[in-house]
Amino acid sequence: MNLTLKIWRQKDSNTKGQMVDYKVTDISEHMSFLEMMDVLNEQLVNSGEEPVAFDHDCREGICGMCSMYINGEAHGPDRGITTCQLHMRMFKDGDTITIEPWRAKAFPVIKDLVVDRTAFERIQQAGGYISVNTSGNTQDANAIPISKHAADEAMDAAACIGCGACVATCKNSSAMLFVGAKVSQYALLPQGQIEAADRVRNMVEQMDAEGFGNCTNTGACEVECPKGISLDTIARMNRELMKANLK
Amino acid sequence: MSGFFKSSIGRKVAMALSAFFLMFFLIIHLAVNITSLFSVELFNQLSHFMGTNPLIQLALQPVLIFGVVFHFVMGFVLEIKNKKARQISYAKNNGAANSTWISRNMIYSGLVILAFLVLHFIDFWFPEMKVKYIEGDMTGMIAGTQEFRYFDELQHKFLEPWRVGAYVLAFVFLALHLLHGFTSAFQSMGSTAGRKKALQNFGKIYAYAIPLGFIVIAVWHHFNHL
Repeated sequence: MNLTLKIWRQKDSNTKGQMVDYKVTDISEHMSFLEMMDVLNEQLVNSGEEPVAFDHDCREGICGMCSMYINGEAHGPDRGITTCQLHMRMFKDGDTITIEPWRAKAFPVIKDLVVDRTAFERIQQAGGYISVNTSGNTQDANAIPISKHAADEAMDAAACIGCGACVATCKNSSAMLFVGAKVSQYALLPQGQIEAADRVRNMVEQMDAEGFGNCTNTGACEVECPKGISLDTIARMNRELMKANLK
Repeated sequence: MSGFFKSSIGRKVAMALSAFFLMFFLIIHLAVNITSLFSVELFNQLSHFMGTNPLIQLALQPVLIFGVVFHFVMGFVLEIKNKKARQISYAKNNGAANSTWISRNMIYSGLVILAFLVLHFIDFWFPEMKVKYIEGDMTGMIAGTQEFRYFDELQHKFLEPWRVGAYVLAFVFLALHLLHGFTSAFQSMGSTAGRKKALQNFGKIYAYAIPLGFIVIAVWHHFNHL
């Protein structure tokens, strides 16, 4: 298929960007979206132009690096996938595809479609961990009784790959689905209880300091999340913060 | 605890608490007003009680006014903060793909309700305050008679078609606001109950029934004035 691409080009974080039109031809419907981008970049390199910078790593939906806003949706017009898992069969011959970086004050553009998501790292560092004594007498995690229900829910929350689609798609650029998932995965397990109050307080404080917006419960993040993280995690984070402040 | 209400989540909780209070108030308001459809006497007596009872007037009324003002002001504060969180908009954004129009535009339905409240206060609340607390007439009677004025005032207001139209339009937007707001408030309070079918259905019934009740009252009095 032959396509017209409207892509955000921006030299660096200090330069103003703009949408630029490109044509790509003979794109196979079996290609992934990133392979189509590879074809475009090969074309650009061969004609002496600067290739389009975009994040990618594992290309199998695990690392959370690919981060494009495609035709008005995070990771494009499909559900439960990252951009590397988006197939070109989702588009038609002659289509015009608009490709933009994640838009959020807390995710500044580094170059073209690449944004700085280290705000998520700083939120994690603020409390997204458990302190474990590794002196050699660590208790075997399997020896701690955990209900199947709690283990399943914690695992579902831990499926978050920190891609930032929740922030990108939220009309408020809120990071609450991400933080809710990280808070939940520990709040549901016995190992997470000791630091629970400090964790949620510190992570929410860091989230606010990074300049993310406020959740208004539209539910867009849940729909666009490639890992199906539930809005219930946000409710749990709210409960955890209330609990922490009542202590 | 004061730090809690400065956090993004604390503000959500505060919005939800004021929303629950206002949603409860709407039930009371509708319950009183609906009596005007079938009993002039009962409506007059209830209005007089609500308008002169010291507990309601001096304790609950200020709380209600605070609740309304707080909900609007906090709504604007959060909207401004949220707008700042995305400084460059998307060239193409397909919001309808993942969320309802209502949930994305609470600020606009809220603004219509705010505009309505200005009209509603000019229509009923300010004249009421003037009669009772400036002119000092706490009798609730039509001057020179032994008849309550409340029902007459209500019907008089709904003689004009433009006012009935404005009220009906505002109640349609109130329904839209409640359709998202009802379940959203539960989510903000940390409850997943709003995500369950039973409460979602109850929320829908509430969101349609309350505004519809007010619409029926306004239209009824327009066509059935004594």
